[in-house]
Amino acid sequence: MSRSQGRYAYDVVVIGAGGAGLRAAVEAREAGLSVAIICKSLFGKAHTVMAEGGVSASMGNVNSDDNWMVHFRDTMRGGKFLNHYRMAELHAKEAPDRVWELETWGALFDRTKEGKISQRNFGGHEYPRLAHVGDRTGLELLRTMQQRIVAMQQNDEKETGDPEKFIKVFAELTITEILKDNGKVSGVYGYWRESGDEVFFEAPAVILATGGIGKTFKITSNSWEGTGDGHALALKAGGRLKDMEFIQFHPTGMVWPPSVRGLLVTESVRGDGGVLTNSNGERFMFKYIPDVFKDKYADNEAEADRWYTDQANNRRPPELLPRDEVARAINTEVKAGRGSEHGGVYLDVSKRLPADVIKKKLPSMWHQFYELAGVDITKEAMEVGPTCHYVMGGVDVDPDSAAAIGVPGLFAAGEVAGGMHGSNRLGGNSLSDLLVFGRRAGIGAANYVKSSGTNPVSDASLKAAQEKVEKPFTQSGGENPYALHQELQELTQSLVGIIRTKKELEEALGKIAELRVRIGKVSVSGDRQFNPGFHLSFDLDNMLLVAESTALAGLTREESRGGHTRDDFPAMSADWRQVNLICTFDGKQVSVQKNPLPSMPKELFELFDPHELEKYMTPAEMSKGGSN
Amino acid sequence: MARKLNLRIWRGNSTDGALQDVTVDAMEGEVILDVIHRVQAEQMNDLAVRWNCKAGKCGSCSMEINGKPRLACMTRVSTFEDGETVTVTPLRAFPVIKDLVTDVSFNYKKAMQIPAFQPPADLKPGQARMQQVDVERSQEFRKCIECFLCQDTCHVIRDHEENKKSFAGPRFFIRIAELDMHPLDVLRNRKKSAQEEHGLGMCNITKCCTEVCPEHIKITDNAIIPMKERVVDVKYDPLRWLGSVIRKRDGIL
Repeated sequence: MSRSQGRYAYDVVVIGAGGAGLRAAVEAREAGLSVAIICKSLFGKAHTVMAEGGVSASMGNVNSDDNWMVHFRDTMRGGKFLNHYRMAELHAKEAPDRVWELETWGALFDRTKEGKISQRNFGGHEYPRLAHVGDRTGLELLRTMQQRIVAMQQNDEKETGDPEKFIKVFAELTITEILKDNGKVSGVYGYWRESGDEVFFEAPAVILATGGIGKTFKITSNSWEGTGDGHALALKAGGRLKDMEFIQFHPTGMVWPPSVRGLLVTESVRGDGGVLTNSNGERFMFKYIPDVFKDKYADNEAEADRWYTDQANNRRPPELLPRDEVARAINTEVKAGRGSEHGGVYLDVSKRLPADVIKKKLPSMWHQFYELAGVDITKEAMEVGPTCHYVMGGVDVDPDSAAAIGVPGLFAAGEVAGGMHGSNRLGGNSLSDLLVFGRRAGIGAANYVKSSGTNPVSDASLKAAQEKVEKPFTQSGGENPYALHQELQELTQSLVGIIRTKKELEEALGKIAELRVRIGKVSVSGDRQFNPGFHLSFDLDNMLLVAESTALAGLTREESRGGHTRDDFPAMSADWRQVNLICTFDGKQVSVQKNPLPSMPKELFELFDPHELEKYMTPAEMSKGGSN
Repeated sequence: MARKLNLRIWRGNSTDGALQDVTVDAMEGEVILDVIHRVQAEQMNDLAVRWNCKAGKCGSCSMEINGKPRLACMTRVSTFEDGETVTVTPLRAFPVIKDLVTDVSFNYKKAMQIPAFQPPADLKPGQARMQQVDVERSQEFRKCIECFLCQDTCHVIRDHEENKKSFAGPRFFIRIAELDMHPLDVLRNRKKSAQEEHGLGMCNITKCCTEVCPEHIKITDNAIIPMKERVVDVKYDPLRWLGSVIRKRDGIL
């Protein structure tokens, strides 16, 4: 079957039209480059719209004690000091400018009494730090950047007569491969989802901004697009994935009804006073404060309650511990038989805030529970439980330029990039991440293109890519892609989930290898036009690679830290903290190697109380006191 | 508690198509999108449907359910009677691509025609001061998830292809209103251009758009009517008309 091949040429191709992709595109265009933005959905539907709570930036609008150093410390703490220090530093320093910039593009954040951007409390953040718009902050970010791109197109139309001369959105297009020639990126290959027609883009630089991997798991807050495409594309192009064992299970997803299981319940519910209780009515989080956090979190209800009105003289309620801690605590309560009716725990804000305030501060939560579960959160408690939400791991990149290590011309930003969040991400740090590193990827790609020049796609690269797209229609074997996807989700959920063991991870790897054989036998019915079975066959391949990386890295890391908990190695290890696990792919299977974690320079090291660092670092590291 | 649901799904493409009957299991608490997915996985692997968040936040799974423009992810199966046949069809105001997927590019073309946000030239990042009450008016319109149900239901274009050229539709009237009420936007004449270039006058405020909005934005009351009133105000009040001519203060529009 030969298909018409559309052909385009751009300076930069951005894969993914969520926050990171659009921010990168804006920056690359401003640097004078021509940019193609490619997305699997319609323009403006990316998963960024689901981000609820806010974007973290130490603007200090609500508490003037906040600054980048406090934000940096919180981020490192949240990540259990496995973060790449340079990414956490850049992120903390640049986030305020990125938020203010959005305002000059038309974003309308909620305000303080003085008319500044309001900021709310969130788990793991020492001060109120999250700029927000009710609980639909992600939508505001995405729409603002979408409209910024339209504004640039209108400008180009005025000047050249063609709005799409320098920046064009290619919606509902799947990329199946990154093309390489002469050892460098030369473009991307894919197909239009609507027609099934194949298409390729010549471009010396490609920015991955494909988001997460949630759809690998059965219970997830992610939309169908979160299939790890960028992770897999990078692996296949010779890139490296790091920290893939760290998966964030958000503590509060909906648990009932079954059709919405996993759907996110924003952390703002807890930030605004919501408390977690078990079936005995016990506010159980007081039992789960780890030693490293004892001086920052209240160990009794009276103090925790006082904190909402007096944050200077009281410690924070333990409901606001970092997400990994809360998720594990809920998991333990449910397993001990103290769960709610449908296997979660209770989250109640109705006793804390008047109904009108709840509807004002948490409008989409009210809406979501009322319309989908028949629960009025102004009157009754929600049932919540952990849901796969975010992958800390991702493409190994240079912190300053977002360039993927090992693949010249490839860049990655946002959730698909690794390193920024260490072993656990704080709420609010993903929206700021995608702004800060989306912009940096745009600059990085622009600088690269200006010095590298073009790199034409060879016929051989094209032919190889083309053959792969044919496969689901030409191969036989009768495997149903939907059924295989379900099997994969079941196995990751039960064997690579919140609590892991050696035995289960080995079993998972065995089953993944079997699935890999079976996806070679997927055959798709119907024709190429908007055929979801055909689309899923590519997603499946990507999800398998991601699952394999996660299971393998999880098996290798013999400690518990952040989003990786080993029942057989329950403690955190200072030796393992010095190691990043790096996954690579040889075309047949994933392999993993240990890499030293870059250590903090003195000026960052000294921002911490040594007594705190001692809890994480080896005596040798402590006596060295920073890397320079 | 599983139940059987009779579903009548429109299948076809731009040239041809027909309704097809299927019976599918529906579990407790499920929405129409869940059962469509079950049909897709078990009976019609190549059934085309758009969706993303499945939480009413992205506006992708817009379709017509028993003839009403709805989000499939927010329409619960339990709202239909036992034994009732539920008919799902693609949005009528836009050309069909395949099955439940339509070509909504009309909306993206209209978006391109609305002049962008224009801040004061000297606005520095971090310097803006706005009161909550002043940003709330525009915030209501920025809740829009671009599901285009309002566009689909609007009778100015629903069965009148010929009106599409000169009519932007409710989604873009709230976009214009949002910018017009934006405390930092300085571009003048937004209401006037809504009237003269985007067909505001063709709307006869039947409020169909407001009724179908899944975000409960008061499209007609809070965006369309206030803009219409101001347009009429200036056009027909002789003093204000004179003022706008003499002083060239078109900005009051």
